[in-house]
Amino acid sequence: MSEQTTITEILKGGEFLIKETDASSVFTPEDLNEEQRMMVETANDFIQKEIWPNLDAIDKQQEGLTVNLMDKAGELGLLAVSVPEEYEGLGGDFNTSTALIMEMGKSYSFGVSFAAHSGIGTLPIMYYGTEEQKKKYLPKLASGELKSAYCLTEPTSGSDALSAKTTAKISEDGTHYIINGQKMWITNGGFADILITFAQVDGDKFTCFIISTDSEGFTSGNEENKLGIKGSSTRALFLDNVKVPKENILGEIGKGHYIAFNILNIGRFKLCAMTTGGAKENASIAVAYANERKQFNQKISNFGAIKHKLAEQAIKIFASESATYRVSGLINDTIKSLQAEGVSYTDAALKAAEEYAIECAMLKVYGSEVLDYVVDETVQIHGGYGYSEEYPAARGYRDSRINRIFEGTNEINRLLTVDMLMKRAMKGRLDLMGPAMAIQKELMSVPEMGEEEGGILSAEKKAIANAKKAILIITGAAVQKFMQNLKDEQEIIMNITDMMIELYACESAYLRTLKLSSMKNEEELKPYVEITKVYFSDALERINLHGKHAITSFAEGDELRMLLLGLKRFTKYENVNTKELRRNIANRLIEANKYCF
Amino acid sequence: MKIAVCISHVPDTATKINIADNGKEIDPAGVTYIINPYDEFAVEEALTTKETLGDDSEVIAISVGNDKNKETIKKALAMGVDSGVLLKIESQLDSFGIAKALAEEIKAQGCDLVFMGKQSVDFDNQIVGQMTSAILDYSCISVVVDFKLDGQDITCEREIEGGKEVVAAQLPCIITAQKGLNEPRYASLKGIMSAKKKTIEEKSAVETESNTEVIGLKKPPAKNPGRILGTDSSAVHELVRLLREEAKVI
Repeated sequence: MSEQTTITEILKGGEFLIKETDASSVFTPEDLNEEQRMMVETANDFIQKEIWPNLDAIDKQQEGLTVNLMDKAGELGLLAVSVPEEYEGLGGDFNTSTALIMEMGKSYSFGVSFAAHSGIGTLPIMYYGTEEQKKKYLPKLASGELKSAYCLTEPTSGSDALSAKTTAKISEDGTHYIINGQKMWITNGGFADILITFAQVDGDKFTCFIISTDSEGFTSGNEENKLGIKGSSTRALFLDNVKVPKENILGEIGKGHYIAFNILNIGRFKLCAMTTGGAKENASIAVAYANERKQFNQKISNFGAIKHKLAEQAIKIFASESATYRVSGLINDTIKSLQAEGVSYTDAALKAAEEYAIECAMLKVYGSEVLDYVVDETVQIHGGYGYSEEYPAARGYRDSRINRIFEGTNEINRLLTVDMLMKRAMKGRLDLMGPAMAIQKELMSVPEMGEEEGGILSAEKKAIANAKKAILIITGAAVQKFMQNLKDEQEIIMNITDMMIELYACESAYLRTLKLSSMKNEEELKPYVEITKVYFSDALERINLHGKHAITSFAEGDELRMLLLGLKRFTKYENVNTKELRRNIANRLIEANKYCF
Repeated sequence: MKIAVCISHVPDTATKINIADNGKEIDPAGVTYIINPYDEFAVEEALTTKETLGDDSEVIAISVGNDKNKETIKKALAMGVDSGVLLKIESQLDSFGIAKALAEEIKAQGCDLVFMGKQSVDFDNQIVGQMTSAILDYSCISVVVDFKLDGQDITCEREIEGGKEVVAAQLPCIITAQKGLNEPRYASLKGIMSAKKKTIEEKSAVETESNTEVIGLKKPPAKNPGRILGTDSSAVHELVRLLREEAKVI
């Protein structure tokens, strides 16, 4: 017998496309420990007692309310989770902060203020600050005494962030910089004490500064009148000859883009955690309403059309939550293994987030689109009442929309996904072409009929392996065709990313269900298996469609036929009675009167 | 001073309760358990009292039940209670059995001041505090909405029908908490983390038995759906007729 090894390999960023993941190594929400669950409970208590009764006042931006609530969140430690203990934080691990931010996703506008402060407003100092900067700012950011805003976007530079026009000029005596420019759409802009701000030193050295809003020359514009998240402060900020001491440079001169992009990796991940939390809450609202509302002498949750919607919300949320915790676990494990090598927590966290930047970008797109789907159907289930501010569906609907726009639009994140994948392949970090060639060869040969592997979820296991092949042959063919010019074929890039995202969602749902199979009996496992099967059944069709769009756009003749044949073969899945399974899933939601998976 | 706070582990008030197959117990499947809400007021009052005293006083949480009660004890520890005691029992006790178990432990710990909720929201007997005080020969002030301690002297306001009663007593004393006594604090994240380092002592409750036996649990009868007789004054006549002839309430 061969020697058994107990070391489970942690897949590197992007490797999911070419390697199999061991279900036992995957982190799932069921793996949260008692302490983490208690912390989530505290966040939930806070939201129920402090946020929900005040939603209207928050949305009207009642003077001082959000600041006061941020202070309360600070007292409870909610702002301190990821800050290391040596800077008076709680030093919680990455999975803990994932669980908490997911819970905060139930807090509507307040969640945006919260995340802007504790995520992109705090992390740059934590990751890039000097010891003095960390000691000066982190304890006060963790307690909420100081509130922070992240200022990257400008009126003429959104997605193209590096083209920022704000300038920083060293003073004659060399002690400080003089900053001039305008920032746009700044969350927490109305009350932040410090700004993590980007400006060009000497015209072209993109650099990050910590600016106090006490500084002379700093002013903020009026609150933006927004479509949603009306309760979060969003303003334009003006910097007119603002003097910033030299020691307030964060990181190095000319290296601001490292901060901007690496912080966004984590920001994107957290956005997905938040949207997933918001989606769970909105789905619960939908189920409760469907159980209450009667038409034709019965609860509308009795109707198949409504059951379909309730089930579909839950199926998508399950996939999104599974994917979120899967990536959280990967980042958490990577941080821990780097720490074991002597790397500090903050450096390790930064490296880990960079490692999984592809996954973070995909999650951002997926989580925000799942939430948008869920809130839309929640309004629909409410009928006319969904359109009324008397019911919570309307707020969920309008607050969702921004998530597809900020932290990099979903289009930018789709482009980035493939761009990062290609860069890793070119640098030899990720071997895409090897497997792609092997699959092309496999396609030329007679399909191997092979015995069906038995056991739980074996059809899904095979479907995942095949879907990866489908993505690899199409990506490989597109790269061969366009080489360096692939970046100009944005439609194809979108197709490839969409296939990758669906694959990742499928695989995450599958891995979580497989892991649960070792903890639950057959009856308890059934709902999860059913969710996984319905998701696969639809997702493989979507992968097929995206693939077809890509292939037909660039292939002709024999190649076209071969690729379409391969796509068909590699997106095959068993026939599933999705109507029946959706009814089963919906019936469990109806019984629980909330999202319950 | 050693202050005891007695807490029970009860089904969440929002949870759906089903009766177990034996017809005598709650079916625990799918039920979320929480700290008894009235006991949260008791915990808060115990902690505020300790903080007001500002000396080396300690607060001990005592719970009668099984391993599952540890979740609730941990919640109290996370709120700031110093240590916990779990008194294990084999089968469910009635109020008297629980009072005896608690009394024994309160005596052993030497606690002169005891807080507990005025009732547990599972069986709602509202007598454990009074019984415990009788067994220990402590004073007892129940349904308390305001508590003041000055040396050995206690002054409380308690709710009575249509008003409030001010009651004075001396230590040792048991206080049962009513809603309005205070606003219970959250378990802060720091509190949750430090709860890990606090101890929960586990022991068997003293040999005790129940005086009463639960013969059966029944769910309340399903409500009949309401009827709308009309939307203006013309419906009053019919309403009166139905109340008299059908419902027979007037």
